[in-house]
Amino acid sequence: MNGQTPISIRNLSVFYGDLQVLKDVSLDIPANRITVIIGPSGCGKTTLLKSLNRLLDDTEGVRIRGQVVLDGEDIYAPRTEVTRIRKKMGLLSQRPQVLPMSIYENVAYGPRIHGLRARRDLDRRVEHYLQVAGLWDEVKDRLREPASVLSVGQQQRLCLARGLAVEPEIILGDEPTSALDPQSSQNVERRLAELKRDYTVVVVTHILRQARRVADYLAFLYLGELVEHGPAADVFAAPRDPRTRAYLTGEIS
Amino acid sequence: MRLLKDALARRAMGLVAALPALLVLLIVAGLFLKSKAILAVEPLSKLLFSSAWHPLKGEFGLLPFITGTVWVTVTALVLAVPVSILAAIYLSEYAPRWVREGAKPVVDLLAGLPSVVYGVWGVILVVPFVGNVLAPLAGVHSSGYSILAGGIVLAIMTFPTIIHVTLEVFASVPQALRDASLSLGATRWETTRHVVLRKGAQGILAASVLGFSRAFGETMAVLMVVGNVPAVPRSLFDAGYPLPALIANNYGEMMSVPSYDAALMTAALVLTLIVLFFNVLARRILVRVERRVR
Amino acid sequence: MNGPADLRLGRRKRADLFFRVLAAASAALVLLSLLLILGTILWKSIPALSFSMLTKTPQGGFYLGKEGGILNAIAGSLYLAVGATALAFLLSLPLALYLNLYKGKGSKTAAWTRFFLDVLWGVPSIVYGAFGFIIMLALGLRASLLAGILTVALLEFPILCRAIDEVMRLVPRELKEASDSLGATRFETAFKVFVRQTAPGILTGVLLAFGRGIGDAASVLFTAGFTDRVPTSLADPAATLPLAIFFQLGTPFPEVQQRAYASAAVLTLIILLISLAGRAMSRKATRHVVK
Ligand SMILES: Nc1ncnc2c1ncn2[C@@H]1O[C@H](COP(=O)(O)OP(=O)(O)OP(=O)(O)O)[C@@H](O)[C@H]1O
Ligand SMILES: [Mg+2]
Repeated sequence: MNGQTPISIRNLSVFYGDLQVLKDVSLDIPANRITVIIGPSGCGKTTLLKSLNRLLDDTEGVRIRGQVVLDGEDIYAPRTEVTRIRKKMGLLSQRPQVLPMSIYENVAYGPRIHGLRARRDLDRRVEHYLQVAGLWDEVKDRLREPASVLSVGQQQRLCLARGLAVEPEIILGDEPTSALDPQSSQNVERRLAELKRDYTVVVVTHILRQARRVADYLAFLYLGELVEHGPAADVFAAPRDPRTRAYLTGEIS
Repeated sequence: MRLLKDALARRAMGLVAALPALLVLLIVAGLFLKSKAILAVEPLSKLLFSSAWHPLKGEFGLLPFITGTVWVTVTALVLAVPVSILAAIYLSEYAPRWVREGAKPVVDLLAGLPSVVYGVWGVILVVPFVGNVLAPLAGVHSSGYSILAGGIVLAIMTFPTIIHVTLEVFASVPQALRDASLSLGATRWETTRHVVLRKGAQGILAASVLGFSRAFGETMAVLMVVGNVPAVPRSLFDAGYPLPALIANNYGEMMSVPSYDAALMTAALVLTLIVLFFNVLARRILVRVERRVR
Repeated sequence: MNGPADLRLGRRKRADLFFRVLAAASAALVLLSLLLILGTILWKSIPALSFSMLTKTPQGGFYLGKEGGILNAIAGSLYLAVGATALAFLLSLPLALYLNLYKGKGSKTAAWTRFFLDVLWGVPSIVYGAFGFIIMLALGLRASLLAGILTVALLEFPILCRAIDEVMRLVPRELKEASDSLGATRFETAFKVFVRQTAPGILTGVLLAFGRGIGDAASVLFTAGFTDRVPTSLADPAATLPLAIFFQLGTPFPEVQQRAYASAAVLTLIILLISLAGRAMSRKATRHVVK
């Protein structure tokens, strides 16, 4: 599978009203790797991530130019079915957003709306992905309790399980550990590292050490511009752009 | 001198702060004192549950009026709650911003129109509509002055209350939660139904209860279109006689018959207590919702 | 590409569309009902609307369809609403200041006071009318402008108070502290900083309360009386627009009912004006307030 590019971003520009937040970004995201997007606050990381599954569509005053090609299909083409695009990607947000329902229902929600109805299939799927997210043992006896009773770290893993349960190809994480304690953060990081065998992972972070730990491929975004990208080891070892070097050494943040 | 002024101001303000509680107490106590004349001689249950209303014979059964109010209010809510919630869903979940912003003055204006204006409009349009269109459709005869006419007018008056509160409840649902559902491939409606409505369920309940308590006490508009016949109504096309209308039509002129006066005060007391009960209930729910959101 | 998943997707998208249309239709219905009300009232009022209606008091036989206007009711309503709003304002401003300056955010007293204000806000206007009547008798007053003002002021008080409270709660804490730390007493802070800062918002609240006061009928039904003359003192009875509409509509004569429509149009226009003024104010309010 190596060498494939499930997502290819071509000359993507995003505007909020008059403010251009992404400037002509082009990036090929490698399959079965963890791609980490780094950059200072406000540089457009979240915007880039949201543009990948068209979550920007409903934001007021947004204009999007350029293409995002997913499995050979331009997701912004008029005929593209947005729910199908989104189903192909699981999103982990900055703080875990559990749906107002039970633990079980949270995971079953996605499969159910996509047509999985049979009780046993649902049960199996919920158990499987809770296992994958490393949460099963902690919650198997209280699946019917509201998801909000879980700790924040558990909630984030629940969101991971929920995203995986619709069987996406790609996992998007927007600073998925920023609300978590160090222990839970490590737990989630470990899950992501395991998941890259089966999925393509894109993670946004502003924690450089985390980027070093998990990144296979690195993209540095600065003021809406994609300054540098390449295999993580190369970029960390020998950044070509002075701005990247400054950021990696902590001179700009 | 400056400090003295400050101290004085503080005193005065402390007094003013007690005013709201005092007023609530005074209103309830005042109405109670005035209704004592009849509460002393007639058992409360008889006042509330008898439908014999013959003031000159000294019979003051409030049942027709209580049922009249309940019928009109329930009719209004059955019409207003679904429409208001759907309208709020549209404004909050589907509509572009300019529509949402443009809708605000409409809702405000609807809330600000005086009840007599609603009443006049009801007499011009709703009453003939009920009498000449809806009643024949339902195969009954009706003058149009009916529970249904009152319910329709009252429903429109209740829109702004329910829409306003529901919009606030929806606005308190974080966008990230909607995004979470959408990014699983859910449609807007699926997201609204399973996430937004579920998260806001209590707040919407509160909005409806608040609407109920507003509608229950509405006087003039309903009075003008509901027919005012003191009998327990049997269908939506019958005339009714709500409590507030009873008070408005007769109070102040009945000083000559003391027990009549007291009976009307009892009606006002009952009305106040019911409205306050639902009002407080709605506030409690809202406070709980607000606390949970933080 | 025509598998069960696609069929299902089609159904889901149809459901989405269905509810989108249903929700939009409901919103349209709300808008439409406002247009319908305004349209009907204005349309029906055209035959009877005239300038002399605004400048004349009812002449002999007015309620049988003869000469005259509703100046008595317009003037009465304005006097009444101005008086009541002024009185309500005198009570509301100190209370709102008290809630926001003397009491901290988590104060129990403030929470309870707000709760009782909400309770008062929910009391039906007919109950204020009955209560006002009791007070009136207790004070030995007759149905008069004064009694009407007192009653309507009670009705407006919670509305105005909550409106002022809302804008004052938005004033940033630092502003209050900045003034305090300059050695100003609370009283000075209150007037120099808070009131000036929130003035446009307060005015919007005043207009809102004024609109409520001028449009309410049930509270003045027993307390303000009714007369064909423009009141000249607080002890005179006063006619009001809502009641004039109500009484005119209650006559069996079509000409008089026409006048009820025209009077309703006048009242509606007054309310529209107030609401427009309020909008303009609140737009200004958001511009001037230090964020
Ligand atoms: N809905 C919006 N409307 C207008 N401007 C926006 C909106 N969302 C984001 N922006 C602006 O776009 C820019 C990029 O925002 P974005 O959230 O993508 O940054 P980020 O890199 O994710 O920052 P952070 O690390 O703080 O999360 C910022 O300047 C932000 O103010
Ligand atoms: Mg971000």
